[in-house]
Formats: sequence, C-alpha cells, structure tokens
Amino acid sequence: MRKKFADQDIEIIIGNLLRAGVIISSSIIIIGAIIYLWQSGHQHPDYRKFEGMNNTFYSLAYVMNGVSKFSGEHIIQLGVLILIATPVARIVFSIIGFIKEKDNLYIIITFLVLFIILGSIVFGIKA
Amino acid sequence: MTILFFTLIIFLGSILAGLLGSLTGLGGGVVIIPMLTLMLGVDIRYAIGTSIVAVIATSSGAASAYVKEGFTNIRLGMFLEIATTLGAVGGAIAAVYAPTNAIAIIFGCILIISAFLSLKKKPSYIQHTESSRLAKFFKLGSSFPEKNGTEVFYTVRHVTGGFLMMSFAGILSGLLGIGSGALKVLAMDNIMRVPFKVSTTTSNFMIGVTAAASAVIYFQRGYIDPGLCMPVTLGVLLGAFAGSKILTKSETKSLRYVFAIVICLLAAEMIYNGLTNRI
Repeated sequence: MRKKFADQDIEIIIGNLLRAGVIISSSIIIIGAIIYLWQSGHQHPDYRKFEGMNNTFYSLAYVMNGVSKFSGEHIIQLGVLILIATPVARIVFSIIGFIKEKDNLYIIITFLVLFIILGSIVFGIKA
Repeated sequence: MTILFFTLIIFLGSILAGLLGSLTGLGGGVVIIPMLTLMLGVDIRYAIGTSIVAVIATSSGAASAYVKEGFTNIRLGMFLEIATTLGAVGGAIAAVYAPTNAIAIIFGCILIISAFLSLKKKPSYIQHTESSRLAKFFKLGSSFPEKNGTEVFYTVRHVTGGFLMMSFAGILSGLLGIGSGALKVLAMDNIMRVPFKVSTTTSNFMIGVTAAASAVIYFQRGYIDPGLCMPVTLGVLLGAFAGSKILTKSETKSLRYVFAIVICLLAAEMIYNGLTNRI
C-alpha cells in the first residue's frame, strides 16, 4: 500500500501543476489580447493565405524580442508557449515521482517520452 | 470585418465548442477546425495549429481535476505515451508535406468515425483475471476507489494491440491537430479492457502530452498564430469549464445525438471541399 500513497502524492502535485500552467498562460494571453486589440483591433484580419515562417511567431527568440517591445501578439504567443510547455513540465515532475518510488522501469519510460518530445524540436527545424 | 469583430466571433464560437465538447466527451478540437476553415475561410494549417493549442488547454484544465479523483492510471498513461508521442511527431512531420485538401478529407472521415464512437454504448470492463505477461512486466494493472471507499482492482489485456492503436491515434493527432480522445478510449476500452472511468481520465491525461509533441513542430513551422489562438484558447477553456459545472451525464443523451449529426454535416462539407480542391 505504501506505493499507492506515493502515487497519490505525485498525482496531487501534477494536478496543481497543470492548473497553475493553465491559469498563468491564460492570464498572459488575456494581457496580450488587451494590448493586441488596442493596437490593431480596427485592422482587417487575413488568414486565407498561409504565411508559414514569413512572420516572427515561430521562434522563441523572436517572441521574446516582441514581448520586450510590448507587442500584443508576441505576448499572446508567450502565453501559448507556456501552455504548450505545461504537459512537458508534467513529465519532468513524473520523473521525480518515479525516482522517489525507485521505479527504475518507469524512470526509463518517462525519460523516453521526454526525449521524444524534445527530439521533436530538432525534427521541427529539419522537417 | 475588423480584427475586433473577427476575434469576438471566434471567441463566442469557441465557448460553444468547449461547452459541447465537454458535455459530449468529443473535445473542442473537432469543431474548431471546421469553424475556422468553413465559416471564416482560415487556411487549414492555421486552423490545425490553433486547434492543437486548444486541445492542450482543455486537456490540462480537465486533467488537473481528474488526477485528484484517483481514477487516472499514471503508469498506463506514461507507457502508452511512448506510442502516442512517437505517432504525433510522425503525423506532424507528415502534415508539413501532405497537400491541404488530403488533410481535409482525412479530417472529415475521422470526424464521422469519432461521432459514431461517441454514440456507442460504453461497456465497462473490470478484469480480475490474470494479467498478461507484458501487462505484469510494465505494472499496468491498478485499482481505483469505489464510492463506498473500497478499492476495485483491475488487470489489463492485449498490451501490444493497445500500443499499436495508440500509435495510430498519435499519428492522427499530429496530422490533424486533434486530441483523438475517442480513439484513445477505444484502444483502452475495447482492446485493453480497462474500466471505463479509468480509460476516460487516463486518455484525457495523455492528450496534453501527445498534443505538446506535435505543437512543438507546428510552432516552428508557423502554424500557431496568436491572433487565432487567443480567442480560441480562452473561449474553449471558458466553455469547457462551464460544461463541467452545468449538466450530469444522463441529461446529455439527446444532446449527443444532435452534436453527432452536426459533426457529420461538418465532416461532409470538409470532405466535399477537399475533393473539389477548395481547401
């Protein structure tokens, strides 16, 4: 039964982590939204043509640069990135949990999942 | 149409999508993509990128409440995430190269299958038989608390079949920007014979991680646009939160049928537009 208790501890930590990620990211998105709509709410949207990488939303460096200039769109994008990072943070916490339980098999499995996601960063650039 | 008005329309539509998604268990992503492409003429690649972000938001929001109830089987989820994340990475890379009308057609077909799956009666298996050798090795059997406080123990079967089905669910998630929760539940319910409560919560738990794997690729390819993600993410979160507060399961039966029909119509239009090269 001791294992079960340890499991439940991790579950509570993970639950709080996920909630915090959602709250923090949506707060940042709301702040960005107000600035964005204030700055360009009267302009006309155009999403018919796919711009792909012709803008500055696809790299962390560009996003942070935009945030430092108080660009509403880049602040929203920062919030979106934190949201994407939330499940990844969850995996890191799970690894800590499995280390505490000394469950070697699941330490390996969880690391494997983490590597696949981190590997997708490399694939994303090369694709 | 100004950006202010455009944002407001998407925001309201997304609240509805989140609400219906949480009441019917189909998730918000299945309505977001048709809404953006068919109604507002948004390029399907932007729609996919936006949808995957909405999927992460709703999954994380719901999972934070689920994990505390003790139904989620974290080991089972983590083990199957190997399959879903590998599939998602492959699917997202395929999405970069696949023609957009082919994606629209596949999306329409998956939409129809998901709608049917959502109407099917859900059997709840509780296996007390001996676990298979693989299930024992990976410690997949577990237990959950019953209302009266007793622990119900269950075992897991057909690990290889479940794993393969999960890889497929991952590929579709990466290719189409959806959570493919219906397929995940199918793999766990019908193949692995996991109790229904466990499969639903564990599947939801896995969706966020799977979506994050493909979202990283979408982000780097410019699929994720802040002007679209902002109203969709906030709207879907609000809708899903409201949905979790309003109704109980028994009252949603007729709603499920209405929603399934709406989804089939949207799917037909996506397939038609794909076939006629309008998307």
